[in-house]
Amino acid sequence: MYDFLYHKVNSVDDAVAAMGNADDGKFVAGGQTMLPTMKHRLASPSDVIDLGGVSDLVGIANEGDALVIGAMTTHAAVAASAEVQSAIPALAKLAGNIGDPAVRNRGTLGGSIANNDPAADYPAAVIALGATVKTNKREITGDDFFTGMFETALEEDELITAVSFPIPMTAAYIKFENPASRYAIVGVFIAKTVDGNRVAITGATPCAYRGMKFEKVLNEDFSSNACDAVEVSVDRMNSDIHASAEYRAHLVKVMVKRAVDACG
Amino acid sequence: MVENGIGVSVLRKEDKRFLIGKGNYTDDINVAGQTHAYFLRSPHGHATIESIDISAAAASAGVVAVFTGDDLAADGIGTLICGVTVTSDDGEPHRAPAHPALAQGKVNYVGDHVAIVIAETLAQAKDGAEKIAVDYGVLPAVTETARAADDDQVQIHEVAPNNMCFNWPFGDKEGVEAAFASAHKVSRLELINNRMVTNPMEPRASLGEYNTGTEEITLHVTTQNPHVHRLVLSAFNQLAPEHKLRVVGPDVGGGFGAKIFVYAEELVVGWACRKVERPVKWTGDRTEAFLADAHGRDHVATAEMAMDEDGKFLAMRVMTQANLGAYLSTFSTMVPSYLYAFLLAGQYTTPLIYSEVKAVFTNTAPVDACRGAGRPEATYLLERLVDVAARDMDLDPAEIRRRNFIPKDAFPYQTPVVQCYDSGDYVAALDKAMVLADYEGFPARATEAIARGKRRGIGLSSYVEACGIAPSAAVGQLGAGVGLWESAQVRFNPTGNVQVFTGTHSHGQGHETTFAQLVTEQLGVPFENIEVVHGDTAKTQFGMGTYGSRSLAVGGVAIAKACEKLITKGKKIAAHALEAAEGDIEFADGNFTVAGTDKAMNIGEVAFNAYVPHSYPEGLEPGFDENAFFDPLNFSFPAGTHICEVEVDTDTGVVEIVKYSAVDDFGKLVNPMIVEGQVHGGIVHGVGQALLEGCRYDSEGQLITATYMDYAMPRADNVPSFDVDYAPTDPPDNPLGVKGCGEAGAIAAPPAVINAITNALGIKHIDMPATPENVWRAAQGAA
Ligand SMILES: Cc1cc2nc3c(=O)[nH]c(=O)nc-3n(C[C@H](O)[C@H](O)[C@H](O)COP(=O)(O)OP(=O)(O)OC[C@H]3O[C@@H](n4cnc5c(N)ncnc54)[C@H](O)[C@@H]3O)c2cc1C
Repeated sequence: MYDFLYHKVNSVDDAVAAMGNADDGKFVAGGQTMLPTMKHRLASPSDVIDLGGVSDLVGIANEGDALVIGAMTTHAAVAASAEVQSAIPALAKLAGNIGDPAVRNRGTLGGSIANNDPAADYPAAVIALGATVKTNKREITGDDFFTGMFETALEEDELITAVSFPIPMTAAYIKFENPASRYAIVGVFIAKTVDGNRVAITGATPCAYRGMKFEKVLNEDFSSNACDAVEVSVDRMNSDIHASAEYRAHLVKVMVKRAVDACG
Repeated sequence: MVENGIGVSVLRKEDKRFLIGKGNYTDDINVAGQTHAYFLRSPHGHATIESIDISAAAASAGVVAVFTGDDLAADGIGTLICGVTVTSDDGEPHRAPAHPALAQGKVNYVGDHVAIVIAETLAQAKDGAEKIAVDYGVLPAVTETARAADDDQVQIHEVAPNNMCFNWPFGDKEGVEAAFASAHKVSRLELINNRMVTNPMEPRASLGEYNTGTEEITLHVTTQNPHVHRLVLSAFNQLAPEHKLRVVGPDVGGGFGAKIFVYAEELVVGWACRKVERPVKWTGDRTEAFLADAHGRDHVATAEMAMDEDGKFLAMRVMTQANLGAYLSTFSTMVPSYLYAFLLAGQYTTPLIYSEVKAVFTNTAPVDACRGAGRPEATYLLERLVDVAARDMDLDPAEIRRRNFIPKDAFPYQTPVVQCYDSGDYVAALDKAMVLADYEGFPARATEAIARGKRRGIGLSSYVEACGIAPSAAVGQLGAGVGLWESAQVRFNPTGNVQVFTGTHSHGQGHETTFAQLVTEQLGVPFENIEVVHGDTAKTQFGMGTYGSRSLAVGGVAIAKACEKLITKGKKIAAHALEAAEGDIEFADGNFTVAGTDKAMNIGEVAFNAYVPHSYPEGLEPGFDENAFFDPLNFSFPAGTHICEVEVDTDTGVVEIVKYSAVDDFGKLVNPMIVEGQVHGGIVHGVGQALLEGCRYDSEGQLITATYMDYAMPRADNVPSFDVDYAPTDPPDNPLGVKGCGEAGAIAAPPAVINAITNALGIKHIDMPATPENVWRAAQGAA
């Protein structure tokens, strides 16, 4: 790790101000992604602005038609929340299956989606649930937030404050885990809402995406058999030592079908 | 009867300090004035070093010194050695390229050592390393085991044409050919034994201290064999004479073979602490462990079995290409040769065996012993081949094994491949395992699984291994540079408690408990009054360390022999005190008694008399402290049958192990709980190899599985609860009747798992690791 200036802040305003004054600053949330990169000397921010003291960013509120979860809420807190478990159980389950207990106790919702790892779980939920990402500057829809591999619509000094997840009729998340990292090789989140079904797929491609073709057939016939009609193109799929593009494309359909079945 | 003696599952003495965080590992040790070392490593698989400029690094803040290979050579520090000779088919010894601890003009794998930077802090050492300018001339790399000897591959070492280390033919080639020519059937199988990273939990570390007054070097190091380290570093590397070198292997967090070897880092640290006249500490990180710990396995082989009409094995032929990596690690040559080909008979009466092993160099980390070392490779090949043979002969896998087992009345059994097995009852183990696994009930379970959309399979593995390594004369004949006896000292203190010094080393095995049980059984001293001391050449008389499941079978016997000497001496002391003839003294349960009387004396009192010899047998030396060495007559041959049952999800290729049963013959069990723990750990290691672990380099020699994000280790949820039982026999050559249990699971499990998968899918073969994608593809083909 290289030397850096450390800032402990108590408010969103102070965080953004510290970022404004920094040469090459970085917010740190749970540090689960950022600290390993710094330890390996792959990242060398001039300033690290620790969001750990910003209590406004932590918490889970049920606003009737949506769950609003603060950016600094840990995966463990989401998994254990009675509010989440009753409103969107699939989301609690998703959070409870990220990494291991140590990762879940430190890692945060905001950090996960800001990082936008192609194999991360939360992006699938944000997209499928039609969530809105709230920042210090604006609100961004889930569909617009994730722009590419490790890329988001966030600007340099923009801070995620919370994510608002509309409560669906029912939802399910099915994850096919990488045997080594246990991130998603393919993760499928399906939400049934009054406005129709939304399908989001993570892990398979450089960035989580909406499975529009699946949505279309499921809106006509919400059954796993209906999904057989959908062709999943191999072209955009990731390929690595754990799963070829062809296998991933195959898994996408299998996982969508299992998620449909899990929706009941 | 003593408490906590042989056969009791005593809780482990050592666990208290580990559980409350009081373990003392090398990295826990910090000394005044300590500096920190960082190794600059090659980023290339294969490159010449055109120049190295260390000036900026040497001037970097906090840097104490920077050294390169030239500095080591200038001080006459020898290159790293390989201690076992294998004779190649041209009659010459294996090709042994120089293995400099810091590179000399060339690097041969990613992670190869280029320079050491010593600084006040680790961060400063790393900063310094970044300022070393190395001009590399990148060369094409050789990374594929199967292709390494091909003519179109680049040469790594001048002394090794075609990247060949040795070509070692062994066995009766003509006899085997004749048997094949007239056989009823020949089964054939090509397979890969996947390369593994050994992955002990604690990374390697070393701390060197030089005392300018005594001119002694103390080297704390993560080692499985402190005396072997001292011997090699003194005799071959000229680090310091043996009497001026103290090697301490304190608590060590797992070894699995990877900490047997003498590595570049500890040699350089030991040397550098004298150069800078300050203690030097190096602790590897996980990435360094992946890059530069010796790896395991990595074979490509073809195996053939000739059979008669009844499926009796007539002859076997095995062609193996084994990857030794970029240089020869300490015992590397022995692993794919003697520890492999000599086990190819397995549990069977196959009369004729011919094997050819071509060992090759590649631009990858050195490959050496990893839990089982050669024996897992032999067992995997054989037990897979036997299943293919069963398939070809349309016989049940259990039946073909039964037909070919060495019968229990044939022991000691001389195999055609050197080894003479001590004892065994292979049918008993198979029968017991089949009951434990409910083999009979399998078809019903398979049918039920189909109803749930799953394919269920069952797989057997009947293994034998050679441990208790080893009779010195036998290994000497084979080309080993060392003797493999073990040594012990059992010392009573005047107050009656006992210190047991063993030359073996415990790095997770629980010796402090098991060996105390041996002593309490034999001497009757309460278990809690016995302390086992190991791991420090300044405390322990001598020893060859722990590997090859030898600690109890060899080291335990040395302890027992020292105890016998104490009893003999104790009888003299007791006879004097009790005013009886020595011949009338009997010893049992800690008491010396005069036969036929109630006159008795506890061994503690005897010890006191020995140290306070006011009234003492004339001419007898005072003191109650005995040494013993033990050199075994033979290896020991644990064996058994493991049965694995899997369910395959053919939609995804995911394999779930639903049931795993193990029946082993380890001879007598001293602490059944510890043995069961070893069996569990071994099985998990083997399951890791079968399903998850695959170390991969790309064509340029970059290690693409260099973190746990890409290298899959087995976890608790990858395995079921195991059903473990035993079918012991009594090995006549071992005075304690013990065999060894540390590697059995890792040897037995891989073929059991793969045989279950091939059974589930009805296919001939699938290579390890049977990852979901590979299984899915195989299932597509099979469907
Ligand atoms: C062993 C391990 C296993 C894991 N397994 C999984 C898994 O199975 N599935 C999965 O999805 N993830 C997994 N993760 C990742 C984990 O979920 C991390 O917590 C997450 O990716 C990052 O969250 P963090 O709070 O630690 O963020 P940090 O590491 O602190 O930050 C990550 C990035 O986000 C930025 N950032 C953080 N908070 C904000 C904010 N409020 N506004 C704007 N930018 C912000 C930071 O500047 C940084 O660039 C794993 C991680 C580890 C170490």
